[in-house]
Amino acid sequence: MTTLSVDQFASLENFGHSLRAPSYLFRPGDAEQISQVFELAKQHALTINLRGAGRSYNDAALNGGGIVLDLTGMNRILDWNPETGILRAEPGVTLQQVWQHVLPDGWWPPVVSGTMFTTLGGCLGMNIHGKNNFKMGMFGEHVLEFTALLPTGEVVTCSPQKDDDLFHAMIGGLGMLGVFTSVTLEMKRIYSGQLDVRAWNVPDLATGLEALLGGAPKNDYIVGWVDTIAGGKGLGRGQLHSANYLPAGADPDPSRTLQVAYQTLPSTFFGLVPKSSLHYFMSPFLNNPGVWAVNTAKYVLGRTRAYRQPHAAFHFLLDYIPDWELAYGRDGLIQHQSFLPKETALDAWTEMLKLSQRRGLPSYLGVTKRHRPDKFLLTHAVDGFSLAMDFKVTRGNRAGLSEMLEEFDQIVLEAGGRFYFAKNSETAPETARRFLGEETIARFREFKKRCDPENLLGSDLYRRVFG
Amino acid sequence: MSESDSRVPAATPLRPRRRAILVGASSGIGAALARRLAHEGYTLALLARRGELLQELCEEINFDHGETRAIPYVHDVTEYEAVPDLLRRIVVDLGGLDLFVYNAGVALAPGLKKFDFEKDRRTMEINLMGALAWLNPISAMFQGLKAGQIVGVSSVAGERGRVGNPSYNASKAALTCYLEGLRNRLTRYGVHVLTVKPGFVDTDMIKGAKKTFWVVPAEQAAGDIWNAIRKRKQEIYTPARWRWLMLIVRNIPSFVFRRLIF
Repeated sequence: MTTLSVDQFASLENFGHSLRAPSYLFRPGDAEQISQVFELAKQHALTINLRGAGRSYNDAALNGGGIVLDLTGMNRILDWNPETGILRAEPGVTLQQVWQHVLPDGWWPPVVSGTMFTTLGGCLGMNIHGKNNFKMGMFGEHVLEFTALLPTGEVVTCSPQKDDDLFHAMIGGLGMLGVFTSVTLEMKRIYSGQLDVRAWNVPDLATGLEALLGGAPKNDYIVGWVDTIAGGKGLGRGQLHSANYLPAGADPDPSRTLQVAYQTLPSTFFGLVPKSSLHYFMSPFLNNPGVWAVNTAKYVLGRTRAYRQPHAAFHFLLDYIPDWELAYGRDGLIQHQSFLPKETALDAWTEMLKLSQRRGLPSYLGVTKRHRPDKFLLTHAVDGFSLAMDFKVTRGNRAGLSEMLEEFDQIVLEAGGRFYFAKNSETAPETARRFLGEETIARFREFKKRCDPENLLGSDLYRRVFG
Repeated sequence: MSESDSRVPAATPLRPRRRAILVGASSGIGAALARRLAHEGYTLALLARRGELLQELCEEINFDHGETRAIPYVHDVTEYEAVPDLLRRIVVDLGGLDLFVYNAGVALAPGLKKFDFEKDRRTMEINLMGALAWLNPISAMFQGLKAGQIVGVSSVAGERGRVGNPSYNASKAALTCYLEGLRNRLTRYGVHVLTVKPGFVDTDMIKGAKKTFWVVPAEQAAGDIWNAIRKRKQEIYTPARWRWLMLIVRNIPSFVFRRLIF
């Protein structure tokens, strides 16, 4: 069998380009090849991490010095039934592949992330949510069944009915219990390729959260943008977007809007700048005055509008500008996302926004969503809201940002909040213990012992938080 | 799940950790450089033959910083075959690698009128072959990663062959030349190679030696090396004034040089 040597290292990065780690990279095509890599790892006493599209903002898909299984090679859609809307696919299939496959038949993935480039394996491992979490829950809630290869060599098939404990631990289990080899998902029936979208301004955080709370039951999707730089009375002001599926018959020509070709994102801004070089034009604005100017313009020019928009254009905002994360410069960006109960969210986030402004370290993008709790073991959701904030990392601001995020975490913990392992890069082990609870962690460790007694699966994230 | 307590703290975007391997770390310039790199925020794999000294140094560094910044690995650089496995293990333990320093070296003077192949061989094995055993996989790794810094501690002694210790001069001359070759190979891959040429540094190596001058403490040499790493210099003398002395020494004609006893 192959020997591993350090000249085979690939340099892998997180999404956001703020971390880098060398790893032996393998791209298996089937379960048999995954087993071979497990053998190799045992021989060399190395750990294996699983990687899909590499869209995590933190160290979830990194494994410094160890093996990384790039599962994007297992990217076949195995089965699609346009009558029932049930799809079975390999873990490397992306959300883009999925929606493009099912849309012409009048279906859409029930839960999608802000980018379509994520893989199903990644969506399952992190248990992603969308702008409809309050209604449709987590990605994992639409999994009818999955098969996975455990490091023990055992192949398991789990569903909410069969081995449901393991089902709820492996989904959202950070890829630390086994490798998903196929997943069966139920799609959502739609009658048009368009969504009814409404946009309106909210003058402050309280109004914004109130509107999210009140708007959620009445809409299929709702999401808020927060002007994180505005202070004083306008603290937390922003814009809300709600969206609804069109009922049957509302679209005059669904056969046109349900075509993949109709689901385009705008290809140029202002008609002049090619999309692929847009991030160069973003970069001069990614500083405090620049973001202030952009945010203020966005807020002041924001009007109440109602319009129809293709699904892809509404959902995949992050894909509008390819490689937008490069605009954050050499040291990249990080995201801090906190999930708070609806009772405590306003006070906690008011404090956090004020803190970031006082320190001169405002977030450059703030997004709020409405959430509901679920049954997954390592879940991040609560009956409340989430606020995601992007921060630019520079050589000069690291120490200050680090201190500030520690304060953020304390505020969130005291307010009974939670965190999301696909996003936050600085979560301390103690923080994880506090929000998950000793019992939950102990249960996860039991699953780990059962599925991976030799600790073959490991990641920088897992060692950082649970090591 | 939980491994040993000696695990280094995690690197995060806001607390990035540069990682270094230092071969020949137990005393002298190596120990001083280890303390300095730890102070600059590096996480270190410290390698040396003398386990006890190494252990003490690691404990001191980790105590000073209140966290694990140095892990000891007992290693004899002449055990060439052990290098690939050890390197693989260290990269796992550190979670990556940004800097490699080869500082192992001995000066085994045969005596002015004596010749001693065993000593010569030992000198070459430690000063040169050990370096090659490490620099080959390190270079291959850094070339692949298109990043990394390599530091070789050579010597001013590599610039002339002298009566006192020909094999030491030869080992350092070869190391200097090898490092230059590596630099020329690796610069195009974004890998930085630094050659360090210390003069007399107050370490065990010059204990008992006569006719020393400009002796500097190891901490000063370590400071010079750190500055050169930071500024990505190609070659430094420490202390810097040796550059000018060596310019003269290199140009002393042979008919004069061979009559000198130094």
